[in-house]
This record gives sequence, C-alpha cells and structure tokens, in this order.
Amino acid sequence: MSEAAPDLEAVVAAIADRAAPGEQVEAYANHSVETDVKVHGGAVEELTVAESGGVGVRVVVDGRLGYAWVGSLAPDLVAGVLDEARDNARFAAPDPHNDLPTAADAVGVDVASLDLWRDECITVPTTEKVALALALERIAAGLDPRVRGVESVHYGDAAARSAVASSLGVRASSRRTVSSCSVSALAGEGDGTRTGSGFSVGRTLADLDPDRAARDAVTRATRLLGAAPVTSRRVPVVFDPLVTRSLLGILGAAVNGEAMNKGRSMFLGRLDQPVAAASVTLVDDPTDARASGAAPYDAEGIPTRRNPLITDGVLCGVLHNTATARRAGVATTGSAVRAGYASPPGVGARALALAPGPRSPDEILRIAGDAFFVQSVSGLHSGTNPVSGDLSLGAEGLLIRDGELADPVRGVTIASTVPRMLLDVVAVGSDLTWLPGAAAGLTLLVGEMALSGA
Amino acid sequence: MHERDASALIDRDVVERTLGVALARGGDFAEVFAEDRAGVTARLDDGRVEELSSGRSRGVGIRVVRGETTGFAHTADCSAAGLAAAAVAAAAAATESGGAGRIAALPDRPVGPGPRAGVLPGTVAKDAKVALLERADAAARARSGSIRQVSAAYADGRRRILVANSDGVFAEDDQVRTRFTVTCVAEGDTGLHTGTESPGRTVGFELFDDVDPEEVARVAADRALALLRARPAPSGRLPVVLKRGAGGVLFHEACGHGLEADLVRRDSSVFRGRVGEMVASPLVTLVDDGTYGREWGTFAIDDEGTPARRNVLIDQGVLTDYIWDLVRARAAGRPSSGNGRRETYRHLPMVRMTNTYLVAGADDPSDIIADTEHGLYCAALGGGQVNTATGDFVFGVTEAYLIEHGEITEPVRAAQLIGNGPETLCLVDAVGNDFDTWAGTCGKDGQGVPVSAGQPTLRVAELTVGGTAS
Repeated sequence: MSEAAPDLEAVVAAIADRAAPGEQVEAYANHSVETDVKVHGGAVEELTVAESGGVGVRVVVDGRLGYAWVGSLAPDLVAGVLDEARDNARFAAPDPHNDLPTAADAVGVDVASLDLWRDECITVPTTEKVALALALERIAAGLDPRVRGVESVHYGDAAARSAVASSLGVRASSRRTVSSCSVSALAGEGDGTRTGSGFSVGRTLADLDPDRAARDAVTRATRLLGAAPVTSRRVPVVFDPLVTRSLLGILGAAVNGEAMNKGRSMFLGRLDQPVAAASVTLVDDPTDARASGAAPYDAEGIPTRRNPLITDGVLCGVLHNTATARRAGVATTGSAVRAGYASPPGVGARALALAPGPRSPDEILRIAGDAFFVQSVSGLHSGTNPVSGDLSLGAEGLLIRDGELADPVRGVTIASTVPRMLLDVVAVGSDLTWLPGAAAGLTLLVGEMALSGA
Repeated sequence: MHERDASALIDRDVVERTLGVALARGGDFAEVFAEDRAGVTARLDDGRVEELSSGRSRGVGIRVVRGETTGFAHTADCSAAGLAAAAVAAAAAATESGGAGRIAALPDRPVGPGPRAGVLPGTVAKDAKVALLERADAAARARSGSIRQVSAAYADGRRRILVANSDGVFAEDDQVRTRFTVTCVAEGDTGLHTGTESPGRTVGFELFDDVDPEEVARVAADRALALLRARPAPSGRLPVVLKRGAGGVLFHEACGHGLEADLVRRDSSVFRGRVGEMVASPLVTLVDDGTYGREWGTFAIDDEGTPARRNVLIDQGVLTDYIWDLVRARAAGRPSSGNGRRETYRHLPMVRMTNTYLVAGADDPSDIIADTEHGLYCAALGGGQVNTATGDFVFGVTEAYLIEHGEITEPVRAAQLIGNGPETLCLVDAVGNDFDTWAGTCGKDGQGVPVSAGQPTLRVAELTVGGTAS
C-alpha cells in the first residue's frame, strides 16, 4: 500500500497561504505507515499494515479560536477544513492571548539536530517482523517451567512524519520511526495465576532485544507466585522504574502551564519554592534522542529545548505552549503537544526524567531495609487527583526484608499525596531507563506510604 | 426496494469486487468495513467558550481470515482502486497462496435501521450547542462561592458504518451519540477538589429533553463541594454499599472483561472453563445488552454486522455464557453474540462489552444502608482497571461517605477500592430494587469504545479500601 509519501509541507503551506487579511491560520498535517503483529500459539494471530494521515487547522479571528480537522490527506476533503475552522471561530469567545505563534517566538533557540529516522523501519520485510514476534513468544515460553503460557505477544512499528505551517511565518517539519515489542507471561495455575510483562523499544527492528523482554516478563510473573495481601501498615516504598515512569506522568500534569493558569495544579503558587527532597531534579528534554518522545519541534512548530522543572528539590519551571505562555506573561517553552490532527495543541511533557542518583537498585533495596517493592500499579488514572495531589493505587510487588526482596504481595493499595511523596524521597536510583511514553524510569525509594491490605 | 440507496457508503458492486480481491489468493473469510464519522466538540473553561472544533473521518478497513491468522489493512481512499489496494494488502498479510475463497451472495442493499436520532446534531445551530455550556457555567458558579473553576464540554458524533462479508452479511447502521460534561473545582481550607458529571446517550440533540445542563452542573459542583468537608478515606477491609448507577463499573471490571471470549481463549481469564458453575452470589444476574434503551453502549449492529442482542452472562450466580465476536465464535462453531466492536475503521474488531448491568433485586436501598453497621457508601466512581488473568481489579471512588450505625454520615476523600473479581461476585450480599446507569469509555488494547454500566444499590460484604486514615 506504500505509495510515494505525500508532501506534507506543501499541504500545510497551501492552507496557511489562504489566510485572509486580519486572519491567522495554522495548518498541521501528519502521515504514518504502520505495521502491527500479534502472535499466539506459534502462529500469527493478527497482522496489520496501514497508512494513515490527516490535517488539523487552527484559525484565529479577532481573538476567537476555531478548529477543524479531517482524517484524510485527500485534496477534496482537505480543501474544506479551513472554511469549517473559520465558521467554528465565530462561536468562540474572544481572547487577546489567542495569537498564534510567530517566528519571533522561536528566536534564540537552536533547532536540535536529532537523528530519529531509520529507513530500515519501513524497508525491513514484514516476514522479519513476524519472525521476531514468534521468536519472542518461543523464548518467553521456554525460560522457566513455571510459565504455563504466554498471554500476548506484540510487535509494532511506525514511521511518522508531521509538518506545521502558519500565516505568521512558522514552517516546521520532522519525521521519526519507532519500533517496539512486548510480551506478557502467565505463571502458575487457577487462582494462583500471576502475570508479568516485558518489552523493548527502539527506532527499528535491529534495536530490539527480545531476550531481555522475555526475561523481564518471566521474572516479573514468576517472582509474584504465591502472592497474597499483607496486613495494613505504613511502610517505605521502593518503586520499580516502570512505576516511577508512570508517577512522573502525574508530575508532568502538575507542571503544565494550562493547569497552572487555571488553578488546577498541586504546584499552584509554589514556583521557586522547595517542593521535593533535595535529591530530586526533574527535567523535560525532548532534545535527548534516547527519549521515545524526542522531537526537534513542538506541535505548533516551535523548536523544543531542555526545560528544568525541579532543581535540587526547588520547583523552577513550568511547561508552556504559546497561548498558555501569553496568558501567564512568559515565553513558550516549546511544549505544545497534540493527540494527533484531531485536536488543537495542548501543553505537555515529551521526555521527563529524574536526574539519576548515585545508588544502584540493589543498594537502594539495602537502604530501604524493611519496605515494600512495588512492581506494578493499577488505577493510575482513577486513583490520582491532579489538583489535590491525592493518590491511591492498587499495587503488587514484594516485601523487602533486611534489604532483600522477600514475600510476594498482591491485592493491596498504597496511598499518600504526591507533594508528600516528593518531600519523602529518600534515594534516587542510578538506573535511568528510557521507556515508551513521555518519561524515563529509575528505581526510587520513598519514605513512607499507607498500605491497605487484608 | 431495489433502488440503490443514495446514502450507502460504498456501492454494492464495489463491495463485492473488493471481497473478491480479498479472497482471490485464498482465505476463509473476508470483510469490508466502511465508516464515515463526523462530530463537533465545544469547550467552555474559565467562563469563556474557548473553542469549537469539528472533524470528519472516512475510510475502510479490510480483513482477511485464513485459519488462525487475520490480515488487516485500512485506507482513507474509498475509491474502488483504494479498496482494491487495501484488499490486496490484507490478503497478503493473511495468506500464502491457494485457490480463491468462497463468497456468499450479498443482499441487494444493506440491511439497517437508518438514522434513529430524533434530532441529528448536524441540523442544530452551533450557537445552540454553545449556549448549553454557558447555562452550565452560570449554574455551577451560583451553587457556591467556593466553586473556583468550571469547565464544560459538549460533544456530538455521528458514525455511519457499512459492513459486508463473504458470509453474505451486508448491513449498515447510523449511530448518533451526544454527551455533556461539567467539571468543577472547589477551594477550601483542605485545598482544591474536583467534581465531574458526564451524562451521555446514543441519541441526538434530544438528549437535552431529558438532561438539564444546569442540573449536570449542580451535581458536579456538589461533588466538589462535598470533598471540601471530606476527611481521609478509611483503610482496610470494609463493607461497601454502591449507590444505584455508581457501581456498574465494578462489575464491568470485576467480571465483564473476564467474560470476553478472546481473553478466555488466550487463557487470560479466571472464568475460563467455568460455564455452568456457580461463580457469584445467587443475588447476581449480570446482563450485557447492546439493545438496551438509548444508553451510551447501544447500537443496531455491532462493527461486524451482527445485530445487537441481550445476553445473560450470569444467571442467579451461575455463569451462563461468555461474550463473542465473529472470529472467536467461528472458531468455537457458534454464532457471535453481537459484541464485535472497534474504535474506528483503522482498528480490528475484538470482543467488547456494550451496556453491562446487574439486574435489580428485592431489597429497599434504605434498608441496605440501615443494615450496615460500619462501611463505605460510594456515590460516584471514576473508572477502573482489571487484570483478567488474575481477576484482581481496582476502581477509583470519587464521591463517598462513611456509613456509621446504619446511617450515611461524613464525606471521605477519593480512594481506590480493590478486590478480586470472582471473590467480589460471591460477596454481594444485598441487591436493591432501584436502578441507574453510567456512561463511560472502555479501553482495551488501545481501543476506546462507548459503553455503559448499570446496577441497583447493592452491598459487597467486604472490599479493600485504599485510604490514608490510620
């Protein structure tokens, strides 16, 4: 199905050039080619090959914002989007901060030179992608006799391009490839079944490490065999890097300029104040090519840059796009993000990471002494209040006794508030790991949380 | 009758030719799924209508099944040539080589009910939609001076689908959904607290004949205001009473997902091999019903062309059946239960719930509370998650109160409830004679579909409450 890739720069420039006097027009377009493989029982269960794209148009007239999109790059459908966005703008309230970004908003920031594209991601034959998924299932099934099955195996890749152009002179385009595989292993029988997952990510097939993904899945499933709820207690908690990654997502929402402007952040009014233990330094750096979310430009065509958010425990930065920055009276941080062409730009982190500390995960277990190691959490969305910072999550993992992983635990919750947890950070691991999504993980020890169990 | 339907998404002869291309290199089954969706979203925040957005998406997904393997390709190019290219790609993904697969004759025109919405959203002026937001904003702010922030959203969507397959199915549906959401932030001595209310139904603009934007705003505001006086939630095992409508998501998570035939087949369900067994308290009768009223998960045909059905999953505690899509049903030699759904034409269908509810019982809701010495009363839930292989689930409580000596007393802060599906089903010890539903989006393997969940007021003898109170 892969014909010549469409010229996205031409598509968006043609729309931006149609701006009427007194009207600001911005067009965004993306296009991706994807392969998706699921295998089960030694056979291909699903194989998807697909190509998709679309266009989103933002119009500002007299401070009124209108948006329209179309899930197609077909010229006849794209042609009508600008008029639809113009019509929508008539119904919005005027806001002087609604000016679109101009070339001046990008002054002083060099565009990062990022190598995020591998031709091989597209040119590798599908049969090799299928073979990797089948191999991953075979490896996971054979690693440990306690593994009774492989629940799911997935390989996916995408080669994605995007472009932005505006009537105010913004022109930006970028492209990247991503490739990943994941596996979920089942250990034990009946009520005693435990699951564990593992994965590997890169820019193309050759970057992936299926052995490691299989080993992680099997270790995580088998070490929970025999898990049971423990009695309620207050206990120090060690987070697995995957869980830390998820928790960073909550911090990403708290340093979001839109949330700040609207008074919906647990960090409201805390800029330049200590909000965390001194060992905590948090940065969002989309110019780090190791991050899955790395990108040279943000979703409105402004160059990305390294944004320090918490330095030595002090809140020092807030993420902004152009509109939220204008509202707050500051400059954009190049942090506009989009869920795709179907939504106008919001604000968000792309590559959040804690600065790694000096201690290995094993050393952190030893420091923790008697604690709870959290391997995975559930209910992250329903259990977190981004405004109050209240946090209550389902958790499974292992008790830590005398600095070693001991009894497996399931069926418990852990609760605290995010501000409390940040102040209670005791140690930050040295094991920085780049993971899928907008954040990196590492092992983290937090002083004390409420564990509810049997 | 034999006139070509001017509104058909794709001509019958193009559909037939595409199925022929899809099975030209062999295969057991081929399907063409066409979708045309359009929608409008309007958002108000901070007293201002921030933006109105509208969108359109149209495309075709083609799958070819050969043995255990499904090949899938999709395209936004709905021309005969675009469909043929996608059919070749799907066939190449599914098959090696072989004789052409068999295609049953299609009806002359697609079978389907046509649009069923009373007032199609496309016929309503945009300023009428925007006006609803302003009414909600004013009503929420009028509720209390402690309401600091109000955001409101209006969303409508029309989704026309056409499904044709090599078994002779040729069907269409026209699905219209409308939803209204208000979120309030209240500020007090204990900080900032959020309350949300978000009714949605499978109807057009006539949603607002039943749903009053001001009332939605008041519910959201009161939820946020209650949290101002809330104390930390208790921690540990407690009896939990779920208000009618609030707890349906518990059954969606606790057992609904575990009854999806694709997960059962993959051996990732605790309910595997348990049909005919007692899996729940005899008070529990659980139904999944895609035909139920105009609820959020209602449709005429599923995304594989199977008419929606009412399926009894647990009958007075006994597991009676799983829910099925076409591929899983074919492998098991039985009909689909009408539960094959997909987010868009770019996704493969899989087994999904529709409107899942626990049937009302005989108890007076006030007696259930009076009969509870010490427990938690949950009036609103915020969604949940389950590991179907182990049955362990969580769900977030967003509005809850203590029950002390048989009476609802103080509000408590948000907390997570956790339990195990099969265990929780057996712990249901009182089921009320009232009933209500809740609309939400169910996520599975990265695909979100509209669903509803419903239940009468009921009590679970014991669940773990993940609060912070010692």
